[in-house]
Amino acid sequence: MGLKKVLLAGVAGLAMTMSAHAQYSNDGITLGVLTDMSGVYADVGGQGSVVAAQMAIEDFGGTFNGQPIKLLSADHQNKADIGANIARQWADTDGVDAIFDILNSAVGLAVQQVATEKNIVSMNSGAATTALTNEQCSPNGVHYVYDTYALATGTGGAMVKEGGKSWFFITADYAFGHALEADTSNAVKGAGGEVLGSVRAPLSNQDFSSFLLQAQASGADVIGLANAGGDTVNSIKQAQEFGIVAAGQKLAGLLIFLTDIHALGLETTAGLTITTGWYWDLNDDTRAFAKRYSEKMGGSMPTMVHAGVYSSIMNYLKAAEEAGTDDGKKVVEQLRKMEINDVFAQGGKIREDGLHFHDMYLAQIKSPSESKGPWDYYNIVTKIPAAEAYQALEDVRCPLLKK
Amino acid sequence: MIEFLGVPLPLFMGQLLIGLINGSFYAVLSLGLALIFGLLNIVNFAHGALYMVGAFVAYLLLQYIGVGYWPALILAPIIVAGFGMVIERFLLRPLHDLDHLYGLLLTFGLALVLEGSFRHFYGVSGLPYSIPDSLSGAQRLMLPSWITGGDPAFMMALPNYRAWVIVASLIICTATYILIERTKLGALMRAATENPDLVRAFGVNVPMLITLTYGLGVGLAAFAGVLAAPIYSVNPIMGSHIIIVVFAIVVIGGLGSIGGAIISGFMLGVIEGITKVFYPEASNVVIFVVMAIVLIVRPAGLFGKGA
Repeated sequence: MGLKKVLLAGVAGLAMTMSAHAQYSNDGITLGVLTDMSGVYADVGGQGSVVAAQMAIEDFGGTFNGQPIKLLSADHQNKADIGANIARQWADTDGVDAIFDILNSAVGLAVQQVATEKNIVSMNSGAATTALTNEQCSPNGVHYVYDTYALATGTGGAMVKEGGKSWFFITADYAFGHALEADTSNAVKGAGGEVLGSVRAPLSNQDFSSFLLQAQASGADVIGLANAGGDTVNSIKQAQEFGIVAAGQKLAGLLIFLTDIHALGLETTAGLTITTGWYWDLNDDTRAFAKRYSEKMGGSMPTMVHAGVYSSIMNYLKAAEEAGTDDGKKVVEQLRKMEINDVFAQGGKIREDGLHFHDMYLAQIKSPSESKGPWDYYNIVTKIPAAEAYQALEDVRCPLLKK
Repeated sequence: MIEFLGVPLPLFMGQLLIGLINGSFYAVLSLGLALIFGLLNIVNFAHGALYMVGAFVAYLLLQYIGVGYWPALILAPIIVAGFGMVIERFLLRPLHDLDHLYGLLLTFGLALVLEGSFRHFYGVSGLPYSIPDSLSGAQRLMLPSWITGGDPAFMMALPNYRAWVIVASLIICTATYILIERTKLGALMRAATENPDLVRAFGVNVPMLITLTYGLGVGLAAFAGVLAAPIYSVNPIMGSHIIIVVFAIVVIGGLGSIGGAIISGFMLGVIEGITKVFYPEASNVVIFVVMAIVLIVRPAGLFGKGA
């Protein structure tokens, strides 16, 4: 570009900002999908989240306040510092108004903090930690799809009811695993069950057979897998190999995604009880959404995180339009006034602590003979009403609630 | 129930056995690595990635041409070894006369490229690969009464496949050891690294011998990959998890010592297994602790020749 053109463009740009009397910074809206593009959670979010974001923008009409909606995406590599830096740079220099997906609890907490500082919005679809809406809650943060509390009460409570009274945990040895174990232990005890013990397995461990043998030796009815991603996949696969399920013990996967089941195959996972925020085969709307998504993603179906990204972007845009501003706190305030009825949730509400309070589902994995084809994996056993799934507002330890 | 150091004896024995199984993987992988280092002086950082490629080739053979586990166990290592020989011929040979560092960087880059490509096409959740029907099921292992002092006690269910992994590893390790240390070809390989000019003077094609050696090491990695495929999900990052551990084992055994690599592979699998009983949190660092101690006491490694 020649110097003249640059100058001209500069002048034109300046003239535009001066003439617009913008309610919206930079006139339009810029969205950021911050996710794991290459690590262990890349199939859960990753490129699929970008596709879901594009679908939401397309369905919204592609423009906002007469300007095309811009979409950025980046890989946080599951590192909190990298995630926070990207968020800061997005807010400072790229004019990003809201950040979606996020996927990892450590990154989620860091990004929510940056969002608060910069007064933009952080809408978290993938991180699980309840700290996002408890101790570290923020007027700029929304926690969208699930949290460790909902995962734990859903699966834990249901399995105790089915007769799984005694539990032993295989726990990923970091904050997420510990939180999931603690929440599930509470749910199990609350439902009248008991916890016999637990073993802390290092993260990204390939071989779980030692830990599984300890769980087996404990004689517990249920082995709770307080881990995620590849760790869960390997635990389940190896439990089957050692005949643990065949010998009568049940496995409870506390955070399992559709893509994990796809990776494991139904021979290995049949009968597993899980809690999910969403499933592609719930109704006509979800099936239509999934079909569109899979056409863009080479046949794979959306996970609950992908659907959450779609819905959170759609509702963010509606709220920003309704509120007439892209001021982070005001948009979240507007979101709290709205009811969320879309492909992801029916009758969902954003609570004062930032939690998206919506129904969850208890699902059981189909056996190979029940499944009609690839991606037909879940039998939805029951809908868990939001009030049962999530922590009650009076128990939430969010400083924002104390006025 | 009888206890050993506060842990029920059956559980302890079970963990020993599992350690031995993991040790089998370590042994086969570190054997290949030691072979490549000992004979070619290449620090083969791509070893983990080639192990992963071995598992993927087995998966692809099954998926696209319907080749089952048993033929894949032979075919996949041959295919990957061929790929390895191409790498040696066109990428590593030009670096032959330079410092090891160049080879290390090249193979490290190669590992990143391989992992990145497989990740791009197959994602990171892993792909299912079933245990062959002939090896499905498990044996109930009992502790005999002379150990328990009373009735026989249930120790563990040993999956048939895992038992096979130990047997297969022992066979392949022994065969490789014999090939290198006891055959004419092995003698030539060793001689070619000691004094290439002399060996060449006898009319031996030394560059070919080097390419073959690299291929053999890579084939071993791929063999371990096929063995691992039914146990772990076939995953683009499976190699990067194991390679660091295997490097530590090669260092402990003594860089380049073939027998040392095999013995320390099995031994460290067992040490790791025992750690998982007594202090599971430390199980993925214990090998590095052992490495540090060995390096302090015997810098050349347990079976290394001189410092």
